[in-house]
Amino acid sequence: MRRVIGLIVLLVVVAFLAAGMVVFIHPFGSPSPSDMDQYIIEKAQEQTGNNNVVASVVFDYRGFDTLGEATILFTAVTGVLLLLRTRKRREERS
Amino acid sequence: MLSKIVRTVANQLILFILIFGLYVIAHGHLTPGGGFQGGAVIVSGVVMLLVAFSSKELKKSLRERGLSIMESTGALIFIALAFAGIGTAFFYNLLVSSPIFGRIPEPLGSNPGDFWTGGVVPLMNLAVGLKVVAGLSAVVLAMALFASGEEVEE
Repeated sequence: MRRVIGLIVLLVVVAFLAAGMVVFIHPFGSPSPSDMDQYIIEKAQEQTGNNNVVASVVFDYRGFDTLGEATILFTAVTGVLLLLRTRKRREERS
Repeated sequence: MLSKIVRTVANQLILFILIFGLYVIAHGHLTPGGGFQGGAVIVSGVVMLLVAFSSKELKKSLRERGLSIMESTGALIFIALAFAGIGTAFFYNLLVSSPIFGRIPEPLGSNPGDFWTGGVVPLMNLAVGLKVVAGLSAVVLAMALFASGEEVEE
């Protein structure tokens, strides 16, 4: 019984998300505000000197985003090292 | 530890993997790639060494403490470069049209590119590459040591 209810809830949620995706998403290839990317495509090379426009977006125009990405990596490494370090102490106690 | 053939091939191959990873990091402002991608390439070489040799063998040359310090250094360089342009804006590219990395490529559009361009972007690529290499190596090494029942050094 619980499994059936869970399945129904899952189907409803998936149908809701799929309907939202169909109704609200923009048509493929035409994002709503396209002024900024046209500006970046035209100006990136002379403003930052990068031949790789993606690098100039990632590290210059949208650098704050990359800072968050680096923070995620830092948190992940800290978490793994913290989790795996407790093993030694537990062995010492027992 | 795997057979002698695997170990010998891994020994020869790690040099080329390191060179390719460093190339992807250093040329991140000219060609596809960058700090994250090149760092992942180098860490794949570390994983190859970890498979070919045992984690106990690799622990002699790679310490998790040192890797942790390296990762924090990369993060600090990255944030320091971001704050260096705080006079204008956070993440302002203040090295453009300065002697270091400041050249603007003469022919705009697609061209082979000049290494000394890009302002702070190549330096940030190096910082992020250092961070990714050290961080992911520390994670992989810690997991391998944990799985093999070794003690994880701080």
